[in-house]
Amino acid sequence: MATIRFTVNGKTRSVETEPERPLLDVLREDLGLTGTKYGCGEGQCRACTVLMDGKAIVSCVTPAHMAQGRRIVTIEGLADGGRLHPVQQAFLDEDAMQCGYCTPGMIMRTVALLDSYPRPADAQIIEGLNGSLCRCCGYPRVLAAVKRAAGAAQQEAKEAGHVK
Amino acid sequence: MSSDPEARVPERYELREAAARHFTVNRREFLETVGAGLLIVVTAPSASGQGGAAGGTLEARLHIGEDGSIVLLTGKVEEGQGPRTELAMAAAEELRVPLDRVKVVMADTDLSPNDGITAGSRTTPGTVPVVRKAAAAARELLILVSSRQLNLARGPLEVRDGTVTAEGRRFSYADLAKSAELAAAYREALPPDTVLTPARNWQVLGTPHARLDGRSIVTGSHRYPSDIVRPGMLYGSVLRAPSYGAALMSVDLSWAQKMPGVRVVRDGDFVGFAAQTSFAARKAVEAASAAAIWKTVEQPSGDVLFEYLKEHAREDAQRPRGSARGSVEGGLKQAARRLKATYKVAYVQHAPMEPRAAVAEWKDGLLTVWTGTSNPFGVREQLAQAFSLGQDRVHVIVPDMGGGFGGKHTGEVAIEAARLAKEPGRPVSLRWTRAEEFMWAYFRPAALIEVEAGLDAGNSIVAWDFANYNSGAAALDTPYRISNTRVRFLESESPLRQGSYRCLAATANNFAREAFTDELAEAAGRDPLEFRLAHLDNERIKNVLTAAAERFRWSERRKKRRPGIGVGLACGTEKNSVVAACVEIEIDPADETPRLVEIVEAFECGAILNPSNLKSQVEGCIMMGLGPVLREEIRFRDGRLTNGTFAEYRVPRFCDVPKMEVLLLDRKDLEPVGAGETPIIVVAPAVANAVFDATGQRVRSMPLRAARG
Repeated sequence: MATIRFTVNGKTRSVETEPERPLLDVLREDLGLTGTKYGCGEGQCRACTVLMDGKAIVSCVTPAHMAQGRRIVTIEGLADGGRLHPVQQAFLDEDAMQCGYCTPGMIMRTVALLDSYPRPADAQIIEGLNGSLCRCCGYPRVLAAVKRAAGAAQQEAKEAGHVK
Repeated sequence: MSSDPEARVPERYELREAAARHFTVNRREFLETVGAGLLIVVTAPSASGQGGAAGGTLEARLHIGEDGSIVLLTGKVEEGQGPRTELAMAAAEELRVPLDRVKVVMADTDLSPNDGITAGSRTTPGTVPVVRKAAAAARELLILVSSRQLNLARGPLEVRDGTVTAEGRRFSYADLAKSAELAAAYREALPPDTVLTPARNWQVLGTPHARLDGRSIVTGSHRYPSDIVRPGMLYGSVLRAPSYGAALMSVDLSWAQKMPGVRVVRDGDFVGFAAQTSFAARKAVEAASAAAIWKTVEQPSGDVLFEYLKEHAREDAQRPRGSARGSVEGGLKQAARRLKATYKVAYVQHAPMEPRAAVAEWKDGLLTVWTGTSNPFGVREQLAQAFSLGQDRVHVIVPDMGGGFGGKHTGEVAIEAARLAKEPGRPVSLRWTRAEEFMWAYFRPAALIEVEAGLDAGNSIVAWDFANYNSGAAALDTPYRISNTRVRFLESESPLRQGSYRCLAATANNFAREAFTDELAEAAGRDPLEFRLAHLDNERIKNVLTAAAERFRWSERRKKRRPGIGVGLACGTEKNSVVAACVEIEIDPADETPRLVEIVEAFECGAILNPSNLKSQVEGCIMMGLGPVLREEIRFRDGRLTNGTFAEYRVPRFCDVPKMEVLLLDRKDLEPVGAGETPIIVVAPAVANAVFDATGQRVRSMPLRAARG
């Protein structure tokens, strides 16, 4: 057993756990953050995506000890109080979900994507999201949501005076 | 009785039938749950999908609280096809209230009426009308009681925004629920001819609405079956056989007794563990696997699959499946030309994003299970059987779940979780891993299809002989006008456990029929579009086919010849909806596989209820349907899967999304029918026909192995 200290959604947390245990299990079972989903346990579907120090990772194959001292953001940490993150809002506005199980992972990937490419070209969106699986195959609407979110992020930045 | 034969005949490959018996809701318990008020109880023989409530039973369908709250009750399950929103829209429409006034309680066997299994596209034609009827009854009751209360003639009164307003006075659903007149009015009975709102007057139905609980999904707060947490809950894991049919000879579990906090359950062949974390439970299973000795049995392997299906085929003389017109032998004899071909379709898996999951809790001899299944009442029956309980001792709740596509009709995970939880009274959450889901769920049946047809001197199809081995009878018959036909479905022994799947055998049957129809058109020297239209009487199919072809500019694009690029089309009907698609594909010169470049798909399912969700369903069907066309194929050898991971079993991804246009034909003059399945059936043949156009070679197997045949 090891003590893992890390920041989750802005709060400092400390967890006693086997260091090899998947971060996904720690988030879900120890911290009650069930918004992050298990899809395959092999890092192949990205349903379990969270941000670690701002980078998207697959938490199902990330051992807990890797989170030591890191900043983790999960789907529960995106909204600012009652105000949804622009990416969450875009998915809602585009009705970009069917069963919705892959949606948290898709949203986290999109947040990371737009952080790297605020104005992504179509090819960049596809490359950035291609490993994220949706078995309802609602890909067209997710693409629309990502484009909408990119537009909204631009608009927000413009209003805040960050973009000419 | 519904005119749809599928409503009466359960699908061949339902692994379990839905609960045959029906228990009405316990009104007292229900009122304790949702509070006092008005409970609308309707007689609803057609509410069930497959094998639900028997005719004549009373079902609590709608509750109106004294605070005006409205709760709609349904035994249907939300797994992504949109019934929650659709049924709420249906109720809001007839109640004349805004959509956000309606709360929907789904798939809770203690509260919901038994609407049967959520399958076969039956929610729209079966459950929507019953919900509308109940809601319209409540609306009529509101008018009746308010006319008495306000001392006004009933005729001119109407409900707007949940309220009757007349001469400056108002009477709402909350007033109705509190009314002293209610009991008397209710006993007086509702008008037997309650009028449903015609489609052209719809205010809520027919307009696009996003998924009602979308906010809980984008914030991660919605609790799927695998997210349910109960006080004191443990996490489970189950020992699995290394191959199908293997029997457990021995396993030493003495070490496990020493593992702190690990519960060991051994019950015959069942060996499972429950622990404080799923990691600890999985570790226990790994250790048990290493200590287990199994006796394996010989299993047929994938390389002999189609020969095996043919050898083991049998026609049920008692209950032959299929139909015939004229004389197929005679037709073939008089044909000027005869063609023959064999088509093969591999096993594929649903692989829903959320694998099977259940939380089981025992309390005072009562068993409660939260689980992901399309068949809540059927699973309640399975649990009752498994633990020798009365069904009234079992409570099944299905939270909106992470996908099914026909793959979650069974209750194995619910039974396993309940077994693990049975010991010393702590709830257990059991979530299958992806590897377990691949190996131990079930598959869409593989298909072997043999077809022979004849063309007469005028190049019309004069005979059609079609036999499906193993995969099923859905969409077995041809929609084309042919005087002499014989279509048959022959059961076989499936090497793999097989069950339902989105549109089931309609995909395989339509693949073979539409691909072979293209071969006949080619032999007749006619354009595939003209050839089909010349053989079609079904105006609805003609409409979608024409719409898709015009939008795609079929005639113009078909004449263009470009190396490595081809166009194809296909059409079909199933579950009383109609669909057609035109596609353009290109052949990847590196590996000779096709890539879908563009698709125009036209779909018509009567009056459209929720255009937003319908578009999602058609797009989802196109993309999901593309998987088994391009790559999806379950491979197996010696009782094991050889590609049971997402790394090796390649499902569609973002990079596969083509240029896509969906044409939705709204027929307000026709009753709405289901739409979550049929749009899938034209993808495979349209792509196969386009591959021929590009390469000059017919590909008669799914997945398509282009050019190499």
